[in-house]
Amino acid sequence: MRRSLLFLPGNQPGMLQSGGVLPADTLIFDLEDSVAAGEKDAARELVASALRSFDFGRRELSARINDLETKHAFTDLKTLIPAGIETIMLPKVSGGDMVQQVAALFDEIELEHGIVKGRIKIIALIETACGVEHAYEVAVASPRVVALALGAEDLAADLGCARTKEGREIFYSRSRLIIAAKAAGIEALDTPFTDARDTEGCYEDALFARSLGYAGKLCISPHHLDSIHRAFMPSKAEIEFALDVTEAMRRAKEDKRGAVSLRGKMIDLPVLLQAERTLHLARAAGLIQEEPDGENNHEA
Amino acid sequence: MELIRKAKSGTLESSDVLVTVEPAGELIITLDSPVKEQFACAILETVRGVLEDFSVRTGKIELADQGALDCTIRARLTTALKRASQPAGGEK
Repeated sequence: MRRSLLFLPGNQPGMLQSGGVLPADTLIFDLEDSVAAGEKDAARELVASALRSFDFGRRELSARINDLETKHAFTDLKTLIPAGIETIMLPKVSGGDMVQQVAALFDEIELEHGIVKGRIKIIALIETACGVEHAYEVAVASPRVVALALGAEDLAADLGCARTKEGREIFYSRSRLIIAAKAAGIEALDTPFTDARDTEGCYEDALFARSLGYAGKLCISPHHLDSIHRAFMPSKAEIEFALDVTEAMRRAKEDKRGAVSLRGKMIDLPVLLQAERTLHLARAAGLIQEEPDGENNHEA
Repeated sequence: MELIRKAKSGTLESSDVLVTVEPAGELIITLDSPVKEQFACAILETVRGVLEDFSVRTGKIELADQGALDCTIRARLTTALKRASQPAGGEK
């Protein structure tokens, strides 16, 4: 579950320490934009040391490494993978060949350190026009790719347009990414909302991303976590409908039927899959809990 | 590891430690910390452990601590030692 993916500046010990108590689904230790050019080595060492020392609970641990065209990217990977990172966010991915090169490097590092082959996953950050154009190719380039993420600030710069709160300038890219990700069977993650003080604006932005099919949103401020989680929280009516769907489909399965009527509408497997996703989100938000026998129970 | 020049790592921000290392004929460790009374032994044990890991037996090691945790001290000292063992302008 990746509703919220929070960037933590890699060279700030205080921020790294707080990662263990912030309610983000994924922590992204940033070695790229938030780290000054002369401090890349220090940040890399600090993140690796934090990974070996802190208990970050059940949060997914990810790192945004430096641009693959710099001398830093290779050292970032060689340092962080043995330290326990779970996913690597690749910046400025422009094509499938870039992903394949990195995946081959992962193979070598995993082998060298006795890590199960294929364990380290990739979140491909799409933030150039070329990346948007090749989004599907990137998504299917390796089974290690688990998500496409949109980076709208760099994309706007590449497109030569102004970045606005309304985001009309990225509507096409947002749509293109969700289609590419879903066609490849992986998740799409929305661009961060950059006004740290505007929590309501972040909520609206996240709600819109969810309406397009995005699974979660990148996040640059801990203040945005609650807004993002609210946006990705199903409503009471959605949960009730999802519970009814799963119950109706359970009965249909017993009767050996593939579809069944509910509230005057035919429901089938795609509706069940949607319902299961809704219940998954509801569980993550603590709105429902598992019963001992595995059935879901809606808390009144 | 041989220290060939003076190098620093870290900051004076809260939860961090500024580490300065430079070549010297003997091992001299100095610690300045608001929690020196309570944690000097633990901090110095960490420092000695890192120096041992890199086989550094001589050098001047200064720590200006701002409440850094063990893993931060370890990381900052490691970076400073690596920097001090490379010519200026080396790999960062």
